[in-house]
Amino acid sequence: MRTIDQSFAQAREEGRAALIPYITAGYPDLEKLAGLVGALTRAGADIIEIGIPFSDPLADGPVLQKAASQALSQGTRLSSIFEVVRSISRQAPPLVFLTYINPVFRFGIERFMASAREAGVQGLIIPDLPWTEGASLRTAARAQKLALIPLVAPTSTPAHLHAIRNAKGFVYGVSVTGVTGAREVLDAGVERLVRRVKAAVSLPLAIGFGIATPMQAQQVGRLADGVIVGSALVEEIGKEPRRAEENAFKFVTELRQALRNNTAKA
Amino acid sequence: MATMRVPNRLGRFGRFGGRYVPETLIPALDELEKAYHDARRDGEFRRQLRALLKDYVGRPTPLRRADRMSAELGFEVYLKREDLNHTGAHKINNTLGQVLLARRMGKRRIIAETGAGQHGVATATAAALFGLTAEIYMGAEDVRRQALNVYRMRLLGAVVHPVESGTRTLKDATNEAIRDWVTHVRDTFYVIGSVVGPHPYPMMVRDFQSVIGREARRQVLSLLGGLPTHVVACVGGGSNSMGIFYPFRKDPVQLIGVEAAGEGLNSGRHAASIFMGEPGILHGSLSYLLQDEDGQIWPAHSISAGLDYPGVGPEHAYYHDTGRAQYGAATDDKALEAFRLLAQWEGIIPALESAHALAWVIEEQETLRREGARVLVNLSGRGDKDVEQVSRLERRDAHAND
Repeated sequence: MRTIDQSFAQAREEGRAALIPYITAGYPDLEKLAGLVGALTRAGADIIEIGIPFSDPLADGPVLQKAASQALSQGTRLSSIFEVVRSISRQAPPLVFLTYINPVFRFGIERFMASAREAGVQGLIIPDLPWTEGASLRTAARAQKLALIPLVAPTSTPAHLHAIRNAKGFVYGVSVTGVTGAREVLDAGVERLVRRVKAAVSLPLAIGFGIATPMQAQQVGRLADGVIVGSALVEEIGKEPRRAEENAFKFVTELRQALRNNTAKA
Repeated sequence: MATMRVPNRLGRFGRFGGRYVPETLIPALDELEKAYHDARRDGEFRRQLRALLKDYVGRPTPLRRADRMSAELGFEVYLKREDLNHTGAHKINNTLGQVLLARRMGKRRIIAETGAGQHGVATATAAALFGLTAEIYMGAEDVRRQALNVYRMRLLGAVVHPVESGTRTLKDATNEAIRDWVTHVRDTFYVIGSVVGPHPYPMMVRDFQSVIGREARRQVLSLLGGLPTHVVACVGGGSNSMGIFYPFRKDPVQLIGVEAAGEGLNSGRHAASIFMGEPGILHGSLSYLLQDEDGQIWPAHSISAGLDYPGVGPEHAYYHDTGRAQYGAATDDKALEAFRLLAQWEGIIPALESAHALAWVIEEQETLRREGARVLVNLSGRGDKDVEQVSRLERRDAHAND
C-alpha cells in the first residue's frame, strides 16, 4: 500500500502538486463509494479524502452540508463506511478520513483509530479539533500509525505553526477564513499562508477550501505541495447521481491535467 | 461539597468544556479571553456595566414571596423576577456585558444565534444602544413560532437570517452563526446567548449572568434572614440557571435544574440532555448531548423554543457529575399547566421556559411540603411572547376534543 509520504514524493518527482479530491461517504448513496473511489483513482488522485457525514457540519458550506444530510437521511452508518473502505483501500491511493470530532469521541477514540487503521485508512482530518485540544487523539492515532493532520488558517499564529512542526502526514492549509465551498476568486492571502507554513514546517502542505476549477487548482498547485478539491467535486457528483462515477472521473481528470502542466513551482 | 475552581486555564470544568472549534477561530478566542480578563479587572468597565444594568435594564430585579402559590402548595415559594428586566428576560444581563466588551475590543459587527428570540432581542437591543448593527441567526421553525420576537428584532434595527438547514431550530442557528464567525472573524464579535460554546464563553456568560444570583442571595438573606432550601431554574443551554446557581454554590442549598421533557422522556421528543444524553462535543465544548450511537446529534423537542437545544453548558455537566446540582425534567403539558397556574395565582404570566421550573416545584410539592422547603425559583422571563402560541394550542386542543 502506498503511503501519504510516497504520494507526495511521487508528485514532487513528477514536478507537480499532489491532487487530493474529497467525497462524502454515503452521497449520493453508500453503494457508490467504492465505484467513486475507483473513478478518482483512475483519474489520477494521489490521496483521497473520504468524509464521514455529520449532522452538524459547522465548517462546511451548503454543498457539503447537503451531501452530509442526504447521506445521513439514507441511513449511512459509521460501521458500514468502515466496511466499504476496508474492501477498497488496497486498490486505492492513500485514504484519509475527514470527520468531525463527535463521531470519533462517541465511537471511542481508541476504538475509532483501531477501526480506521484496520480499514486501511492512513490519516484523519478533524476540522473542529484544534491542535491544542488534540493531545489524546494524537497519542491514539500514533499508536495505530495514523496521521492526525494539522490544519492551519490565515489567522494561525506563529505559536501554532511551531506547535505542529512534528506532525505526521501533511499540513492542511485552509485558504480563507470561512467554510468549505467554491469561490470565484482565490483569496490573495494564500501565497502568504504558504510562505509562512513553508518557513515553519517541513511537512508537505496541501491547500483546500474554495478550489473549484482546473485553473484555480493550477494556480494553487504552483504554490503548494497539494491541492484539495471538495465541494466542487461533490456538486459534480450530485448533478446526475446515476452518472456520478463518470462525472467524477471526468472532473478529476481535468484537475489532474491542470496540475500536470505545472512545473514552475514556487 | 468540594467544587474546584472552574474552569481551569484550558476552559475545562472537570472533563467538560474545552475549545472544539476550527483552527481559524483559536486566535480570536485567545484574543477574547485576554480582553475579557482585562475588562474584568478594569474598574471603568465594571462601572459602565453596573450603571447600564441599573439604569437601562432596571436592576436589581425584585425578589418576592409568591403568596397565593405558597398557600396553595403549603410551603414557601419565592420568585426572582428576571421577567421584569428590560426586554423581558435575563438575556440582557449577558448581551450588555458582551456588547460592551465588543466595543472595547473595537469590533463593529455583532452576530448572535437565537432560539425563542429572547437572546436575539437582547442582542439587538444592546447593539442599538451603542449604534451597532446586529445580525441574528434564527432557525426557520423558530422564526415561525416566535414571529413577535422577529418583528421586535427588526424594529431594533437587526438583520434576522432565518436558517433553513437541519432541524431549523437553535442548534442549526448556532451552526450558522459559527460559520459566519469563521468567515468574518477579524471584525466580528459573536455574542453567544448561553453558557455554551468554546472557552471562554461558558465562563464569561456565567459571570455576566451571576448578577442574578448575587442579588437573589442578598435579597433572600435580608428577607428571610437565611438561605432558601432549594434554588430552582430551567435549563436549556443553562444561562439563567447557572446565573442564579453560581453565587449559591458554596451554600448548603439544593440547586435544581429543570430540563424540558417535551412529550415525555421516553417519547424520543424532548430536550433533556443531562437527564437522557451522553457526553459529546457540539458547538465548541464537551458536555452532555442528545445523540445516537454514531455521534449524530438528535433533534431536540420542547414546547418552549428557548429550551429546544440538544446540548447543555459544560458547567452544568460538571455540576451533575460532582453532584453539586440535581437535574429534573418537566413535560410540555406540565409546563403549560404551570404557565396557567402562575398567571391565576400571582398575576404573573411566565415564559414557557420559566414555567418548566415552576412545573417541577408543583410536581414535587408533596416532598417539598414534607421537608418544609423554602424554594427560590428563577422566573427567567415573561410569557408575553408565548401567549399567542399557547392560545393557538388551546384552540387546537379544543377543536380536537369536539
